[in-house]
Amino acid sequence: MRAWLARRVTQAVATLAAVLVLLFFLMRAAPGDPLDRLAVDRPVTPEETAALRARYGLDQPVGRQFVAYARGALRGDFGTSIEYGRPVAALIAERMPPTLLLGGVVLLVNFTLGIWLGVAQAVRRGGPLDRVLGAASLAGHAMPSFWLGLALAWLVAVRWRLLPPAGMQDPLLDPAAGLAARAADLLAHLALPALTLCVVTLAGTMRYQRRAMLEVLRLPYIVTARAKGLPERIVRRRHAWRNALFPVLALFGLWLPFLVTGAVFVESVFAWPGLGSLAAEAVGARDYPLLMGTASLAAGLVVLGGLLTDLAYAALDPRVREAG
Amino acid sequence: MSWLRELAGSVWRRESGRGAVVVLATIAIVAVAAPPLLPDPAAQPDLIGAASLPPGPGHPFGTDQLSRDVLSRVVSGARVSLAVAMLAVLVSMTIGAAVGLTAGYLGGAVDAGLMRLVDAGLAIPRLFILLLLLAVWEQIPLAALVLILGTTGWFGASRLVRGEVLRLRHEPFVSGAEALGASRRRVMFRHLLPNAAGPLLVAATLGVGDVILLEAGLSFLGLGIQPPTPSWGAMILDAKSVLVTAPWASLFPGLAIVTTVLAVNLLGDALSDALDSRAP
Repeated sequence: MRAWLARRVTQAVATLAAVLVLLFFLMRAAPGDPLDRLAVDRPVTPEETAALRARYGLDQPVGRQFVAYARGALRGDFGTSIEYGRPVAALIAERMPPTLLLGGVVLLVNFTLGIWLGVAQAVRRGGPLDRVLGAASLAGHAMPSFWLGLALAWLVAVRWRLLPPAGMQDPLLDPAAGLAARAADLLAHLALPALTLCVVTLAGTMRYQRRAMLEVLRLPYIVTARAKGLPERIVRRRHAWRNALFPVLALFGLWLPFLVTGAVFVESVFAWPGLGSLAAEAVGARDYPLLMGTASLAAGLVVLGGLLTDLAYAALDPRVREAG
Repeated sequence: MSWLRELAGSVWRRESGRGAVVVLATIAIVAVAAPPLLPDPAAQPDLIGAASLPPGPGHPFGTDQLSRDVLSRVVSGARVSLAVAMLAVLVSMTIGAAVGLTAGYLGGAVDAGLMRLVDAGLAIPRLFILLLLLAVWEQIPLAALVLILGTTGWFGASRLVRGEVLRLRHEPFVSGAEALGASRRRVMFRHLLPNAAGPLLVAATLGVGDVILLEAGLSFLGLGIQPPTPSWGAMILDAKSVLVTAPWASLFPGLAIVTTVLAVNLLGDALSDALDSRAP
């Protein structure tokens, strides 16, 4: 187990190192010079360009630039945002809580509802419920999140006036309002972005759980359990579902980075002040350090998600660590 | 190519596969044949009198805030979106197949190095790779967009092909070809690649759906297909500001995306089922 763990962690570190290299060269290899874009807005003198080059380290040789970037990235320092003139790390930390709230709610709903619906589909394979849910989840999977978000904002917030269309807080809310009123306000603002992200992500979990459950239900030990005369409810819940839940764990690691990537569109549509809208702002302003910071964070989450998934597998299934 | 005909038949026999093929064929025919019959998608006939007209006779999908006909823009958008997605996937699958074959067949340090690169490529969400690459362009040419979409989508396919190669490389037919003195390239392309064609075809089909969604998202952020070329994502971006007064201007391009991607994904699923049932 210890050797397996060491190998798996080493692998994650190696991937992370490769990610840093790739990200750096992606940015450097992109055609054009980030500073060229400044000249689009207003005339820039050569002296100003030279000063900016020195300030962002662009006058250094590529190798040294990479070392500076990698060193900073490992310490969580991604330099200074051009747009805000503040450290990227501070901006990311500021925008993290709203994204964690939104992402946490979405993951919670996604896993409970997705697992439940996937199992419901599997045990009624081919029936009307299975087909309807299957079609609905496929449609959700094919939907651009920004479009669904706009449609929901239009229908629920504009036409029906049920929920606020954007933001995280009612600007007119009495600052002296109690905790309950503020929580209710937050929930009302959270509802639409969370619903949008749930609809577009639910399909993945449902399909995965359905397939896993169907595979388990085919196994001989299920036939044995039924032949023993166990009630179908017990067979499904105790014997089948336990083993079918297992593959769904892997999805958790896959969804983790989605907290940031999926949020890029939905957060900007609903003006939710999280990391996703931060990344979208960085794109709009061509703010390279900020964009690199959010991209590195998203990549770090992918590596972390993969590692956590494997650790969970190993903890739950002895075959994984034995085979190592 | 007889396996291809057999596969097509097997897809056609499935209800969902048949539906997907019919929908996609309709979209393709409309996208190719209809534009001459429709108003010019870029024409702004009457900025005051004909702007933001609701759907009705003359404009089945209404007009946008610049009085452009939404239907003809959706149809032209289909042309661009489908062409961009298919070409980008072609690029991705070519690179993916080449890398997968090389890594799987040569093994050793080449394999280790290439797979490290693939790990890194898969670890950075594709959206962020694209944002980094696209943000430097003021107005990206269509060909560059296709290449960038293509060169960021091959990581998964290369793993797939490598897996097939590893599974097959010690099979008798491969050793036989090697014993007969076939060159490495011949073994890779004539003996190994055809065996990976099925899974690659499924990945390509599903990849087209992914790229349509990605391209729409990038165009929605202003980074993808540039005006005046109409694209579904950019139409939704334009219509965002008039969501309250002209919701149809964003509704129809969105429905076009959902329909197309849904049909493409159904086709991918049907292909995958057909291959599974054929496998021994």
